[in-house]
Amino acid sequence: MDAIVIDHITKTHRPTWPWQEPATVLRDVSMSVGQGEIFGFLGPNGAGKTTTMKIVLGLMRPSSGSVELLGRPVHDVEVHKKVGYLPESPYFYDYLTAEEFLGFYGRLGGLSQAVLHQRIPALLERVGLTDARGRPLRKFSKGMLQRIGLAQALIHDPELVILDEPMSGLDPLGRKDVRDIILSLRDQGKTVFFSTHIISDVEMICDRVGILAKGKMLAVGRIEDIVSRHATQSVEVVCEGVLGNSIPLIKDAAIRVLQRGSRCWMSLPGQQKLEDVLAAIRQAGGRLVSVIPHKGTLEEIFLEQTNQGV
Amino acid sequence: MQSLLVVAQNTFRETVRDKILYNLVFFALLLIGASVLLGTLTIGEQARIINDVGLAAINLVGVIIAIFVGIGLVTKEIDRRTIYTILARPITRTQFVLGKYCGLVFIGGLNIAIMFAMFLSTIWLSGNVVSGSLFQAVELMLVEVLLVTALAMFFSTFSSPTLSAIMTLGFYVIGHLTGDLKGIAEKTKHPVTESIMTALYYTCPNLEWLNIKGQAASGVPVSVEYQVAATAYGLLYAGLLLFGACRIFERRDF
Repeated sequence: MDAIVIDHITKTHRPTWPWQEPATVLRDVSMSVGQGEIFGFLGPNGAGKTTTMKIVLGLMRPSSGSVELLGRPVHDVEVHKKVGYLPESPYFYDYLTAEEFLGFYGRLGGLSQAVLHQRIPALLERVGLTDARGRPLRKFSKGMLQRIGLAQALIHDPELVILDEPMSGLDPLGRKDVRDIILSLRDQGKTVFFSTHIISDVEMICDRVGILAKGKMLAVGRIEDIVSRHATQSVEVVCEGVLGNSIPLIKDAAIRVLQRGSRCWMSLPGQQKLEDVLAAIRQAGGRLVSVIPHKGTLEEIFLEQTNQGV
Repeated sequence: MQSLLVVAQNTFRETVRDKILYNLVFFALLLIGASVLLGTLTIGEQARIINDVGLAAINLVGVIIAIFVGIGLVTKEIDRRTIYTILARPITRTQFVLGKYCGLVFIGGLNIAIMFAMFLSTIWLSGNVVSGSLFQAVELMLVEVLLVTALAMFFSTFSSPTLSAIMTLGFYVIGHLTGDLKGIAEKTKHPVTESIMTALYYTCPNLEWLNIKGQAASGVPVSVEYQVAATAYGLLYAGLLLFGACRIFERRDF
């Protein structure tokens, strides 16, 4: 059983006035998130990530299609006992102290007072807010709000954690802390589904990713699979004693040629002309220093996919 | 049920921390001021005027809180996006709306109870007799607060705070003029005016049924039958509004 199954969802916002056009923000999006995996949901701003997450949580209804969480329909209230959620740029009840705030969400999740007494201090320590436990949230910095938001998403020990841009607004240390928490959740067997547009975060911790742009799902799968499927493998050649731009074959074959003194660096679009280039270098009396096949990065694929305009 | 109570408790806490209960200081000063100023009047007049001022103030404060806090209860949650994390929990939207309502009604009721206690103390300290009709009047005021809070919540589930305030105030004012609406409908010769006035008469809550302040201030009680019928009417109307609010809220996207 998958933790999340999104089955052909489309979302069209009905216009407020008759003369306005309906806006379709999600088009036939399908994907699934397996239990126990960290799934990164990538997309540029305005791609439809937050809308997808809202539909996954039942905050919004899809125009068509369906969503299942942990094998149950999303509108089954009981399944939400096993789901934790942190929205993007969260705003919380600022008149509550950190302890009261976690107590409120814990009781909403059906936890008893006895369980909360144990869990709140432990969770505050985990997100580094023990010293601020009695402080009202209105006195919290943005980073602290993000941490307490993460704590409320975890207070009821959910099986599935959904985080919308959890690293936004955090300094590098804060981002590392969030990454560590996400990794520790996976170690406990939890499923984490988080959205971001910061690719390095995804590359570091995700088992699988989905790329969404302009409301369409462009790619879903393991990072290595997506990279090998989409990447154009360029080759980097470095040699000594050759002026690359003076050899017509190299000039034609390479995407870029850089000359630093006697050392020449060139980038070939693929391996097709590699043998010809190597022969030309030898013919010109040059010495080969290195040949490195260069795999495309997730960032390159992300930019390529999202720039294609779907 | 637990979720509903948790939301109600938090709404209560929010309202208290918003310093809503500071109005009690204003109310106390008004009562003390009225007692001192009216001290020179004859005994009978003093009692009636203190009753008038006290009941009117309790009613006014109760309704203002119901309208202006009521319209913000749901819209504030949506505007500040706190609703996202709440509805992601095991709570239905109906439980959320009813929880917010119960929280505000509880603080409205507590407010009225404290004001009424202060009011009775003032009467007792000024040497006047406490009439049973005052309890009847305050009970119907509480019903009116329940109804007006439901009205404010109903409008706030589908419109902006400003529009909700205008519509709730509009219904409140019309609700106190329903007798006039019926009179206009009967007297007018224009069929459109008659239809509009008749429609408004039957649509708007008849809040005058819940208003017995005038006779209560003079110590004249209403019959038990009237009291029960008016209470049932107010609660039924509030129930219908809450039902509508929950239905609308269930269908909303956030």
